[in-house]
Amino acid sequence: MTISMMDVKRLAEISGGGGRRAVQVQAQISLPWSEAVRISIKNVILRLGRAAITGTGIVLGIAFLTYVWSDAVFSDGVKRAALEQERILAAATESVKGSAVEGQESGASAAEEAQETKAKLSLQQQEAAAEEERGARRAWLVVMALLVCGIGITNSMLMSVTERFQEIGTMKCLGALDTFVVRLFLIEAAVIGCLGSFVGLVIGFLFVMFFYSIKAGFSVMAKVSWPQLLLYMLLALLIGAALSLISAIPPAVRASRMPPAAALRTEI
Amino acid sequence: MAKYVCPRCGESVETSGIVTVCPSCHADLRGVVAEEQHARTRRAAAELLRDDSVTTHEYIVRTRGLTRIYRMGDVEVSALNGVDLDIRRGEYLSIMGPSGSGKSTFFNMIGGLDKPTAGSCYINETDMAQLSAHELAWQRCHTIGYIFQTFNLIPVMTALENVTLPMIFAGATSDEMLERGRLLLELVGLEGRLHHKPSELSGGQQQRVAVARALANQPAIILADEPTGNLDLHTGKEIIDLLKELNVESGVTIISATHDLKMIDVSDRIVHIRDGKIERIERREDIELEVGTLGGEQQ
Ligand SMILES: Nc1ncnc2c1ncn2[C@@H]1O[C@H](COP(=O)(O)OP(=O)(O)OP(=O)(O)O)[C@@H](O)[C@H]1O
Ligand SMILES: [Mg+2]
Repeated sequence: MTISMMDVKRLAEISGGGGRRAVQVQAQISLPWSEAVRISIKNVILRLGRAAITGTGIVLGIAFLTYVWSDAVFSDGVKRAALEQERILAAATESVKGSAVEGQESGASAAEEAQETKAKLSLQQQEAAAEEERGARRAWLVVMALLVCGIGITNSMLMSVTERFQEIGTMKCLGALDTFVVRLFLIEAAVIGCLGSFVGLVIGFLFVMFFYSIKAGFSVMAKVSWPQLLLYMLLALLIGAALSLISAIPPAVRASRMPPAAALRTEI
Repeated sequence: MAKYVCPRCGESVETSGIVTVCPSCHADLRGVVAEEQHARTRRAAAELLRDDSVTTHEYIVRTRGLTRIYRMGDVEVSALNGVDLDIRRGEYLSIMGPSGSGKSTFFNMIGGLDKPTAGSCYINETDMAQLSAHELAWQRCHTIGYIFQTFNLIPVMTALENVTLPMIFAGATSDEMLERGRLLLELVGLEGRLHHKPSELSGGQQQRVAVARALANQPAIILADEPTGNLDLHTGKEIIDLLKELNVESGVTIISATHDLKMIDVSDRIVHIRDGKIERIERREDIELEVGTLGGEQQ
């Protein structure tokens, strides 16, 4: 291929006289968010393998979180159902008792009833305390799990960044500021975080639903507080995205601070 | 527009090179036009090299005592050792030297990709060391176009996206970007490859994308570190011709490191460096003179 004269003429024309131009207006260097998002999403799609590795951490973490939370909501539902059942039963026996032996041994029965309520109350208290402890242990477990996930994400992000040192160096040669590099990686992390959280959410929820419909029958579904569950899920999604984002900050900042010469030299 | 004399009918023809057929006798004028082109290159080079005095010429790059020392533990490697070099606007400068002599290090310094240990580097009379991070990025974006031995295209982006990336940073609108990107790729002969990924292109094609990308924001300087190092002879020659034509037509300053003797043909000056120091500087005039003398002696 040889470049024809015409081509070079036009090229020369549009490349503006090789900087012989008068002093240009100093424009800002910029990377619009829309472009940054486009590039980042493309990066996620085209490096799906790498994104999947990073995302697995999030998927597992959020699946666990969702499991714990939906488990709590579901067991609440089951308990409520049981309580209701009990109340109905109690009302039934009461009415039966009342109609059968009217006015008889009313004093003795009152004392007995008081005793019974007292015992029930202390049992309830005990149960509440146990529940509280279980809740605390659960929270601790969740925090630990998320922490481990965060470290996992940081690690795999670090690898993903290292793989792309050359690319980062090249971008800087083309005029990218450090903040652009950070921005691109963080958007990518947020996208992976959202996708991973969603998958984790579905997995965690399906697991719990499956478990309870076996244990307590499909009828539990009616007793579960869906608004609460939805709220928890939204929260889990947010936590997943935030976790991914926060975990990606150290590697992204590290990559962006590298002098371009050093970044370009790295070989993988 | 230039005037040519038709070799067949002797008619005087005026053309900018687009029409290469004699209007009166329809003779093919391409040979004559190409010759004129070469003559123009030589004239331009000659003009650039006419005067050596600092005062009358505008220098686009100046380095003073440029030094770069790499420290690795207790060992110090001085990759550059006090380089003083003035590069004129519009010059085609080749840097030669054995492997490890400091060519890439020199490029990193003038390209603002690394900071010197000592000495200074001026681009357009601005000391690079005085620039803020933002100004430095601006300089890399607008003033300098980089070409690498390993092409360094962004692998997940198409040819067109690679070329438009620097325009995004420069804040061009997306219509401008697409138009300019297409035009640039068309001009380096890749109009059919706009949406190909680098992995789907040959080495020579990738390097042409890189040339188009280097031109994206109308740079004053093109820095090419062994641009033909990974290409075969023929493809390398194409890239060199492309760079030379750009240099002649648009006056962009080209600074290129090379082992490639073809590159030397087109250079206005050749700087030989060794162990981080300038060993000698050759001018093309001198080389041509030498070749001429040799030819004369043989006769
Ligand atoms: N980042 C670095 N850390 C340590 N030493 C370095 C570094 N970069 C370059 N050097 C050393 O500096 C010297 C010059 O290296 P440079 O890359 O500039 O050579 P070069 O002329 O470009 O060689 P080549 O033709 O092989 O590309 C070499 O001795 C090299 O080992
Ligand atoms: Mg080198």
